[in-house]
Formats: sequence, C-alpha cells, structure tokens
Amino acid sequence: MANGSNYNLDFEKPLKELEKRIEEIRVFAEEKKIDMSEEIARIEDKSRKLKKEIYEKLTPWQKVQIARHPKRPTLLEYSELIFNGFIELHGDRLYRDDPALVGGLAYLDDIPVTILGQQKGKDTKENIYRNFGMPHPEGYRKAIRLMKQAEKFGRPVITFVDVAGAFPGKEAEERGQGEAVAKAIMEMGALTVPIIVVVTGEGGSGGALAIGTGDRVLMLEHAYYSVISPEGCASILWKNATEASKAAEVLRLTANDLLELEVIDEVIPEPLGGAHTDPVSTAATIKESLCHNLWELLHRDSQELLVMRYNKFRKMGRYIEE
Amino acid sequence: MRISDNFKVLNYKEAVFDLDDERGDDWLLKDLFRSKQKYVTIKQREEVDSSAQPEQQGKKELPDGLWKKCEQCNQIIYHKDLEKNLKVCPKCQYHFRIGAWERIKILVDPGSFKELFANITSCDPLNFPEYQEKISKSKKITELKEGVVTGTAKIGGVPLVLGVMDFNFIGGSMGSALGEKLVRLFEYALTHELPVVTVSAAGGARMQEGILSLMQMATTCQAVNRLAEKSILFISILTDPTTGGVFASFASQGDIIIAEPGALIGFAGARVIQQTTRQTLPPGFQRSEFLLEHGIIDLIVNRKELRNTLARLLRFHQRRKLEIS
Ligand SMILES: [Zn+2]
Repeated sequence: MANGSNYNLDFEKPLKELEKRIEEIRVFAEEKKIDMSEEIARIEDKSRKLKKEIYEKLTPWQKVQIARHPKRPTLLEYSELIFNGFIELHGDRLYRDDPALVGGLAYLDDIPVTILGQQKGKDTKENIYRNFGMPHPEGYRKAIRLMKQAEKFGRPVITFVDVAGAFPGKEAEERGQGEAVAKAIMEMGALTVPIIVVVTGEGGSGGALAIGTGDRVLMLEHAYYSVISPEGCASILWKNATEASKAAEVLRLTANDLLELEVIDEVIPEPLGGAHTDPVSTAATIKESLCHNLWELLHRDSQELLVMRYNKFRKMGRYIEE
Repeated sequence: MRISDNFKVLNYKEAVFDLDDERGDDWLLKDLFRSKQKYVTIKQREEVDSSAQPEQQGKKELPDGLWKKCEQCNQIIYHKDLEKNLKVCPKCQYHFRIGAWERIKILVDPGSFKELFANITSCDPLNFPEYQEKISKSKKITELKEGVVTGTAKIGGVPLVLGVMDFNFIGGSMGSALGEKLVRLFEYALTHELPVVTVSAAGGARMQEGILSLMQMATTCQAVNRLAEKSILFISILTDPTTGGVFASFASQGDIIIAEPGALIGFAGARVIQQTTRQTLPPGFQRSEFLLEHGIIDLIVNRKELRNTLARLLRFHQRRKLEIS
C-alpha cells in the first residue's frame, strides 16, 4: 500500500503542474533578481480556481481515493484535535488488544464520552502493526466492552469509522469474526446512552457497520460507505477490478448519495483539497457537528433513544408490497 | 413403470432449481430430463398454490433414468433414493442444497405452515445494472417472490414462526425485501410470543441494493435483540452456504445455533483470504465441523434428525409455570 509521499491523486495533476510552474518562476526570479510577483499571483489565482472547480466536480471514485489518502487524519489525531484528556484503554479481556481498533475516555468540551474506532497506520511499519486498520474479532469485542462500560457510567459513545472492510484472515474466521460483528451491531442497538457515528474515511461494509449503528450517523464530505469495495463490485459485475470507477458510480457510496438515501443524517464539509490538507479545521468542523447533535440527544431519555434508534434503521429498506 | 410407481416429486420448484443450478453439469442424461421436465412444469404449474403444502400435490410420474452424482463421494445416486433420503447422500451423508419449500416440508408438522408477508418483494432502488433481470430470473427459477419464505408453523406440536431462505434466489442474498420479511417475522414473534426458527442459505448482502442491503444487517440484528424483551427463543439453523452479511448478522445470534453437516459457514470468503494473506487454509476450513470445534455453533445435526432435534429444543423452552409448594 502507498505511503504518504508517493500517493498521488491523479485528478490533481493539473494542479500539481501549476504549483510546479509557480515554484520554477520563483527560483528564476530569485536567480535573476527580477520581480515576478504579479505573474506568480496570476497563476496562484488560476490554481485556486482550478482546485475549486476540480473539487466541486469530484466523481465518486475520486472521492474514494481521497478517503483512502494515507495522510487522511485518523482517530488518534482526532482524539487530540477534537477532544481533551484522551486516555486510551486497551483489550477485549478475552484474547488480546487489537491495535486496529482503538478507544478510550475523553472529554468533548466538558462532557465525558467514550470514543472508539478503527485506526490505520501512518507508514508501512505502523500499518503492519495495525493490520491496515482492519480489526480482528477481538477489536470488535473491545469496542463492545468499551461501549458497555460507557453505558454503565452513563457516557455517550462516539465512534469513528475508517476501515477498508472486514479483515479476510484465517484467524479472524477461527475466532468468530461474523459473530463479533453481529454482536457489536446488536449491543449498539440496545445501548441506553446516546451514540454518534462519524464516517471519517472508508466505510467498508460489515467492518464499518459493526460500529456504525448510532442515533446519529454523520459523514465527512469525501468519505465513502459501501456494502462492497468498488474493486470487489467491479470484479463481480464486469469481471474486472479496473472498472472500479464505474462501480463506484453505481454503488451510490458518497456522503451525498447516503444523505439522499436517508442512511446518514448529516454531511460534514471538508476543507478544499480534502481533510488531509487541513486536519485542524476538519477537526473543528467535526467537533461543531458532534456538539450540536449530542446536545439534542442528551435531551432524550434512554427509552426514547432506543425506540428512535430502532425505528431509524427499521425504515431504511426499499421494497415493494404488492 | 415399476420405477415410476412410487415416484413422488416433492414439488415443482425444487425440480427446476436443480436444472438451473450452476452445478447442474453433474446431471446425467440432462437433456432428456430437461425435455421431460418441461412437460411436468406445465402440468404442475396449474396446481401449485403458493400456500399449499407440497405434499398435497400428490404423486407425479417422471421418466426413469434420473441419476445424480454426489458432489463429495462421486457416488451415482438414483433420484428416488436421494429424495427419500431428504437429499442426503446415502453413502457419505453429503447434504445437497435444497429449496425453501422443500425445507419447510421436511421441518414442519404436515399442513401446519401458513405463509406470512408473501407479498413483499424487491425493487431496484439504485437502478443497478442488470438487477431487474436478476430478480425476474430468480422469481422464475424459484417461483418465489423473494429469497426467504416466512410464516407460522408447528414443529412437534409447538407453534412457532419460521423463516427459510432459498439460495437460488440471487444467492440467498439479503436485500431490503428479504430483510423486511425477516424483521416482520421477528416482530410477529415478539407480538405473539412465539419462538423463532430461521434457516439460512445465503451468500451475504445483496450488492445490487448497495448500502441499503448493508443496513439490513442492522435491522435484523436489532430485531433479534428485541426478542430478549419477552424471553423469546431464537434457533438459527445454518445450511450450506451461510456466509458474509447474513452470517455476520441475525444468523450468528441465535440462542441456539445448529448447522447441517459439512455446510460452508463464514464471514470472509476462502479465496479472498488466500489472495490477501497468502495463508494456507486447513482442510475443512469454514465447514460446520470447523465452526463447532472453534466454539461458534452449538450443534451439528443431520438433516434427517433436524425436525426431531427442533421439536426437543422447542419443548425445552415451552412456557410453563413452575409451581412451588
Ligand atoms: Zn456422497
């Protein structure tokens, strides 16, 4: 998998070229001791406009690429940028601690909350340690433990979803991955404290849904959420994984698609160029959204929450009754 | 004629299912069978009533020379013997896949099944390529409106609700309509305080409904969870194959989980695991026996024993007042 330095968003190529030209002119002006600031300003303006144009017309597949950007902020970064006093808690008490799913205690402003989510690595070494952010069953079981703990102490739960998909591994199957995912979904359905879900990057099928059934489901502008990866869908539909961009279109996996399908409640805007270009402002926007949503949920008693949560997911299907 | 005297077709649906089975190459004298089968199809179609018990259809004459090769031991089995043995290989106990109605007939007390929510069927919410065609084709092959048949029944005299999936309906995949039928069944069980039995045969979520199919994992799980409110028993039966999003939702959350022998059960597919991790997978990986060994299921029960086992389990959970004097 690519790391930060060589991961290219190919649709940004014209932008990169403009940036390169600006840099060349700067060097040239420096050498020749001439003032070219007007020319530079002109190209910079052009670059800004082009960037806006590109980002206004991103295709679903381009959004998938942004969502997978190796520099995209992860839960551990958000834990510092959005929350105060984060203390990470480890382990499922059954088998081991899964570094692909992290969680712990934190304050949102001054409200104590439990936060948890999948954690990707920032480089190859960390990615291997964290299994590229794909939890094993013990990761989901840690999530369940932390959520039950939150319930016991009346803390709201905030989950951060960023996972390519459930992990296809021998040990994961041996230790009952299917059961662990289902159990997490079930426990979340019965949790008596408010739950807010933020899909920050990849919402990869069952691995995402395992921590995805909240009272509110929010989603970053360029995140995606899908029942299958575009590559997987393409290889089933057209026997060709390179048709992924076409598959990304038909799967309706962007934040706006999901808002339209009434699967999520809110799209959180990202800075121009994607969350990775400005994690601080991204975090601030997420925090704002978390605060106003949590404020609303805190006004409801637990029985109300449970009924609302059940009905919320209950009405998501589309079918015909003849 | 000696052969066809006792020949009894379980029902039309299952016969056609075998023809269109992707593994259908193992039929011998397939062409002969196909031409004759069409005749039977037309004849039976008039008699098929979706709510009727298959056994009410009576004896049918079929030409002889119908044989099937066991997928596991290659034994050539005479069709009649296979039917009599509930589609279990008499030699090696290999369990052939069976359709929803055939399964219902095997499980419930004769005449006790009453179908519910029969009119719920799939639409094409995302306008997904080739989905409409897939739905119509599945409807034709299976004569079902959706990949699960739901209703009430009795087993060993105990009333219950029953949901049986059919792998031949778009791989038994769980889309909105299938999820809706299951959730309504769970809700019906909660209202009427009846135990629930589901029989899964599924390849996972229905990709053609995108995120909406994924959300069916959430709704079915939450509906199962609510059964606890009234201490309602949920027995989940896993048959070949139960994988992906169906296994990772309601099917793995039974109070008691039963599998048929040798069924493929798991979350991630073996091929994907091998491609991603380059791990060598042990023989029997993700088969019922493997799951039992790893503590994921309660019991493995032979198809011939299934009804009896269910009756015993249901009786264990019948409500009684314990009078202590
Ligand atoms: Zn055999």
